[in-house]
Amino acid sequence: MDLLGLANYAVFMGILIGIYALLSLGLNIQWGFTGLFNAGIAGFFAVGAYASAILTSLPASGRLGGYELPLVVGWLASMAAAAAIAWPIGKICLRFRSDYLAIATIGIAEIIRLVIRTEGWLTGGVRGVTGVPRPFGDLDYMPSQLAYLAIVATLVLVAYLLVERQVKAPWGRMMRAIRDNELAAAAMGKQVEARRLQAFVFGSALMGLAGALFVHFNRSITPEAIDPMIATFLIWIMLILGGSGNNRGAILGAAVIWIIWSVSELLTDRLPTEIAVQAKYARVFIIGLTLQLVLRFRPEGILPERQAGAPPHR
Amino acid sequence: MTLMDFLNFHLVPGIVLGSIYAVGAIGITLVFGILRFAHFAHGDMATLGAFIALALVTAGIDPWRALPIAMAVMAVVAIGVDKLFYDYLKARPKIVTVMASLGVALMLRAVVQVVFGVDPRTYASGIVRPDDYFGILLRDRELYTLAAVVLIVIGLTLFLRHSRWGKAMRAMSDNPDLARLSGVDNRKVTMLTWAIVGALCAASGFMLGINNELHSMMGWQVLLPMFAAAILGGVGRVEGAVLGGLIVGIAEEMSIFILPAQYKAATAFVLLLLILLVRPRGLLNGKVL
Amino acid sequence: MALLDMKDVRGGYGDADVLHGVSMRVGEREIVVIVGPNGAGKSTAMKSVFGLLTVRGGSIVFDGEDITGWAPDRIVQRGICYVPQVDNVFREMTVHENFEMGAFLRRGDLSAAYDRIYGLFPDLKAKRRNLAGDLSGGQRQMVAMGRALMLDPKLLLLDEPTAGLSPKYMEQIFQITRDVRDAGVSILLVEQHAKQALAFCDRGYVLATGANRHEGSGQALLADREVAEMFLGG
Repeated sequence: MDLLGLANYAVFMGILIGIYALLSLGLNIQWGFTGLFNAGIAGFFAVGAYASAILTSLPASGRLGGYELPLVVGWLASMAAAAAIAWPIGKICLRFRSDYLAIATIGIAEIIRLVIRTEGWLTGGVRGVTGVPRPFGDLDYMPSQLAYLAIVATLVLVAYLLVERQVKAPWGRMMRAIRDNELAAAAMGKQVEARRLQAFVFGSALMGLAGALFVHFNRSITPEAIDPMIATFLIWIMLILGGSGNNRGAILGAAVIWIIWSVSELLTDRLPTEIAVQAKYARVFIIGLTLQLVLRFRPEGILPERQAGAPPHR
Repeated sequence: MTLMDFLNFHLVPGIVLGSIYAVGAIGITLVFGILRFAHFAHGDMATLGAFIALALVTAGIDPWRALPIAMAVMAVVAIGVDKLFYDYLKARPKIVTVMASLGVALMLRAVVQVVFGVDPRTYASGIVRPDDYFGILLRDRELYTLAAVVLIVIGLTLFLRHSRWGKAMRAMSDNPDLARLSGVDNRKVTMLTWAIVGALCAASGFMLGINNELHSMMGWQVLLPMFAAAILGGVGRVEGAVLGGLIVGIAEEMSIFILPAQYKAATAFVLLLLILLVRPRGLLNGKVL
Repeated sequence: MALLDMKDVRGGYGDADVLHGVSMRVGEREIVVIVGPNGAGKSTAMKSVFGLLTVRGGSIVFDGEDITGWAPDRIVQRGICYVPQVDNVFREMTVHENFEMGAFLRRGDLSAAYDRIYGLFPDLKAKRRNLAGDLSGGQRQMVAMGRALMLDPKLLLLDEPTAGLSPKYMEQIFQITRDVRDAGVSILLVEQHAKQALAFCDRGYVLATGANRHEGSGQALLADREVAEMFLGG
């Protein structure tokens, strides 16, 4: 690879890392600060992606869409759609221990996958949605990529600052207190439920926004673009490795894991075809094993949660 | 539609599917009730069990004879998984073990994919014609499946009701602190639970495989119906898991009367949310974690 | 020599001490009661005997052997059984199964042990197939005591056995406690109902802020003016 190719690759990676960082921040709100187990991240991501794609794309026959609305509308809609799905799930499941939320989010991700495949009039079925506009997409390749990187980076920064501010506010202190003490949580009752619901909905909205950024970057989306289990799991391991409860850790984890994941893909792609398929699944095994090793040897992650005077909680 | 058509094309398949869900749901309810966490590697343990049986069948063993061997192997595998990946997390919040089990699910599936590939497989090829029992059409494999499920449920119930360690398992599920005060060794109960759960996983995976086909995602795809069945029946209740399994299985087969066929898999999810909304303890008054 | 001899025990849960020097003795065939205001460390003192908290000083000698720092399962085998205040039965198991769980560590023929328990709690004999969770509070307390007695302990620890019971059941539990003592078991119990408990026990200890305050026979403590004013509401 020459220098220019390397620079192109770095920018490309930077954009994807930014998108994953948004997902990881969203999960940090849910798991890191509130202790909510979302096992359906890919579902919220997909909802955001399709929502923005449908609203902003060029007309196409056989499916809804072609409204060619401004990007900002698409992005807001992606957040609203993910939040609208998160709300009822959270409303029903947040009364119980997070195991139930985990089961329900696995379920909703599966249903979203079914809807995307089945409802061709809405999502284009297996053909997906194409003709999704990309901001600064008319520029040459490199300036266009750089512009998109700037947009993603700005959104990550804004999300980071918003989450940081919220976490340092009384809201964040209360959420951590609830997370670390189930008895206290039970004693506070209704109010706690409302706060946890806020955290779940807001985190899911960020995941939806990440989906929108992904679809505008690729200019299209198909059902195959999202492998629910692996996508969800990658984000989990990004957060745990980076340091759950620490927003910088969430972003750092996204970068580290995405680099390892895609470089290992480059390597396995060079293997002879007979073993390339097996190597692909071996990578999944290693990702699963990595989680176990992190949980065992560095449960607080690379950047542990900053908490005055208290040991890391998990 | 005639009554017989309804029975043969909807109710009987629902009961067969439901009894397979029941075997999986019993395992889930045991882990949920005794070890107190939602075990997300359950489906993929079933997949691995099904493929271990396939390896035995490929080696020339009759499928129904391969089943008990696969169950024994999975009992050991499940104990090993606990020792390697769950045991050291027991001092941490249980939800961390839930996460670890999600990782184990991914790892087990990857093992199946690397060793056996991703193409669908079957235990026996060829079309089997059903036999007619007073108008009810049943294939041998369906009959054997139902018989095996009944045997498993009766055997497990007798064990839990009347044996010393079966009672220890119930005591641990009922009141873990008091069980420890009574001198019940937590580690032994944990090992025993995993052995039983591993064997049940193998059984449910095998029965899914013999009634349809084997593929690497088969277990993951039945995880939600099995969880729905366990919660529907009441967490910690074996008889509840059986009831829940049958309800979910039959409901899935009946869902085509009100839902497009593609959404059959959504039935379990709807039932799950419904029961959490109106009766979170489940039909038979189980635990809520 | 006393069956149980605690000397100057200090300790607590985690890092903070709750007990700041508690000494107590329980003799053979003796009912000893611990009373005191809320937060005095009554239950904590009892749990220290059973190895349920970190003991950082002092010694606990049982039947001639130093059991300080032993784990509960070992203490059970040595002959001490403990009945917690709450969640002290297996609710989803029958009365008889509760007793079976109590005898989990015992092997061999247990029919004599069951006869003894049903002799002590005749009310439970008719309900032996009922789920413990379906019984009344008083009967549940009996199941809890019976479960603990199945191991044939020398010393029984009861944590507030009459909490939340009607006066009628309270009397019954006290009577059963006497019967258990007469069958040869020593009893150490924590009680909120200080007056009634002191009236029926052999000896009592009054704890305050994690340390001994008074001790003596039940009657003597009841008669003590200071004890009466401080803890018995005049």
